[in-house]
Amino acid sequence: MDIFSIVFYLFAVIIVVSAAIVVMSKNIMFSAFSLLFTFFGVAGIYVLLNADFIAVTQIMIYIGGILILIIFGVMLTTRITGVEIKSGTTGKIQIAFAGLISLIIAITMIFLFSNTKWFTSELQPHQSTIENIGKELLTNYLLAFEAASVLLLIAIIGAAFIARRKS
Amino acid sequence: MSIGLTHYLVLAAILFSFGIFGILTRKNAVLVLMGLELVLNSANINFIAFAKFGGLNIQGHVAAIFVIILAAAEVAVALAIVLNIYQNYRHINVDEIDKLKE
Repeated sequence: MDIFSIVFYLFAVIIVVSAAIVVMSKNIMFSAFSLLFTFFGVAGIYVLLNADFIAVTQIMIYIGGILILIIFGVMLTTRITGVEIKSGTTGKIQIAFAGLISLIIAITMIFLFSNTKWFTSELQPHQSTIENIGKELLTNYLLAFEAASVLLLIAIIGAAFIARRKS
Repeated sequence: MSIGLTHYLVLAAILFSFGIFGILTRKNAVLVLMGLELVLNSANINFIAFAKFGGLNIQGHVAAIFVIILAAAEVAVALAIVLNIYQNYRHINVDEIDKLKE
């Protein structure tokens, strides 16, 4: 076991355990805060995969933006009567059925991933990705980049319009 | 055995099925959104893994950036809709919401 494997398995355990808490915890705030650890673990995985810019983006957008929005959503949509904010789940049969479906999906995907001969190229020497990402975004992906900016503008206007209080 | 492409793909598969389980079992709309975020994150892990091992290089990173952009836009609009539902129903249980307007 070299240090790389140890770090990978550490992040993998963090991701799997906190993802399990997200989907199984009865308390919504526990779910929201273990989502934080899932995002951190995924950012660590990105670092191991030499994706420095994506890792920083993950922390800034997911943890600094999306998670805060989700926590605001939790706090604005629950009548806070005590410390505990519970979430109901569907019935026992539905849970068993959903567990079966997701287990089948997991087993199928793991089987496929382990038995496919993936095309692998030789590893590139590690270099900073930021410069190349910037060049790609403003040359080959310029149209998608502009479309994404328009999409974000529309999302801001739409979210403000939908969430306003009707007078 | 050193860490290869398969390790990352299996990790993403586990995260994906947790996300699907959360989407299928939760009543609260915000928790369904959390399950959705797990699914999007597992897709992103696959993109970056193929960027490193599969010769996708910088294209994989760009795809991951667009996934993150779409996730941010989607969560903003979805939470606006959830707040609107809460103002009308006083709860956000997705299985009891069955009217488009009053």
